[in-house]
Amino acid sequence: MTANTFLGYRRENGRVGVRNHVVILPLDDLSNAASEAVANNVKGTLALPHPCGRLQFGEDLDLHFRTLIGVGSNPNVAAVVVIGIEPQWTNRIVEGIAKTGKPVAGFSIEQNGDHNTICNASRKAKEFMHWATELQRVECPVSDLWVSTKCGESDTTSGIASNPTVGNAFDKLYEQGCTLLFGETTELTGGEHLVLERCANDEVRKQFQFFFDRYAKLVDDHKTSDLSDSQPTKGNIEGGLTTIEEKALGNIQKIGRKAPVVGCLDKAEAPTGPGLWFMDSSSAAAEMVTLCAAAGFVVHLFPTGQGNVIGNPILPVVKLCANPRTVRTMSEHIDVDVSGILRKELTMDGAGDKLVEMAIRTANGRNTAAEVLGHREFVLTRLYESA
Amino acid sequence: MSIQFLVHEDGDSVGVVVVEGVKAGQDLTGWVMAEDRTITFKVLNDIPIGHKLALKNLSAGDTVIKYGTDIGKVVAPIKQGEHLHVHNVKTKRW
Repeated sequence: MTANTFLGYRRENGRVGVRNHVVILPLDDLSNAASEAVANNVKGTLALPHPCGRLQFGEDLDLHFRTLIGVGSNPNVAAVVVIGIEPQWTNRIVEGIAKTGKPVAGFSIEQNGDHNTICNASRKAKEFMHWATELQRVECPVSDLWVSTKCGESDTTSGIASNPTVGNAFDKLYEQGCTLLFGETTELTGGEHLVLERCANDEVRKQFQFFFDRYAKLVDDHKTSDLSDSQPTKGNIEGGLTTIEEKALGNIQKIGRKAPVVGCLDKAEAPTGPGLWFMDSSSAAAEMVTLCAAAGFVVHLFPTGQGNVIGNPILPVVKLCANPRTVRTMSEHIDVDVSGILRKELTMDGAGDKLVEMAIRTANGRNTAAEVLGHREFVLTRLYESA
Repeated sequence: MSIQFLVHEDGDSVGVVVVEGVKAGQDLTGWVMAEDRTITFKVLNDIPIGHKLALKNLSAGDTVIKYGTDIGKVVAPIKQGEHLHVHNVKTKRW
């Protein structure tokens, strides 16, 4: 029997976080140095440096804003200091995050220089830290948890055991009323008919087909021979996966058997209700998990076969693995060992229970392996080159 | 009984080796998960953990079935018990 409540931080907008970060968020690459200096001055804050934000335009710029505003708005974040090179786009991020009701302040570098910006932003960050560290966790129903999933460095044991374990956990979390997310558009290739069958209605089926076809066209427009040099990855192939179809059929095990797909989202868009959602995304781990953080998810379930070590700065990544060699050689990265399934020592239902239990322990505050090891991969998705 | 390879379901053309150190000529015990029954096969190659063995003879152009579903096409003949991977099977997509 797993708990049906957990202790979380209820935010101003009613959403519940499982971490309590004060984030120093650069608008652009130019503001990374000042952001990191502030995080160094004010202990406990977290800078999120990235290489983007200059001369982006159109849909790619929209995605940049949606991602940064989404990350700042994530309930795992208590308060945000935004730093940008100039005030206008900086304020756009500040105003977007302010809609959640959480404390947020913006600082810009032009006509101030790094020193004054760092000084002023550090004073505000310190104030936010004192405020945030007095917030208390409160008892919340498990239905308040938003849980996302993506697998990485998959192998055949992923499709046999660790991905179906996520599926089993998703079935259980769905029944508790959670909000759930999967994505990885190209990694559904060969199993897209299975996702279409799971869509709640024709409207959702149409949305899914739109996103699937859009990504297939992108691959088609840019490929030189085929994608077999990238998908499956060299790690996937080392782990025994031969084709994208085989990888996709394993991947799809993560959505379980019970929840219909209630809607499809563009990258970094937040769901509007409970149930299982599809989000169009890259299948690269750091990009996809960053998009999950931007969409508002607070716990991430990450099955791996060969041992992807990814984490995220604000979204705790729970790692599970069924490959006995990986569990042995990379044990420090694995939160939940489900290799017993391969030996018939652990049932899928038992493995699903273990994973739900670890998701709730993570929500209650247990740091994941990726958090303890300092994995903070923060990678913004780009749609095309800058102007 | 210890299990050395797994098969998702009856009708699949492949099984997945789930133990380390499998050598050519070894007799392996497999578990067909969906039907929960046990089968045995002799492997003709060394097969690393996670890699697949063919459960039937396959010719170039044949479709490989796993999870009861098409996972690609055979591009070089494969004998029952041989290692099946990127050297003899390719995607049908992109």
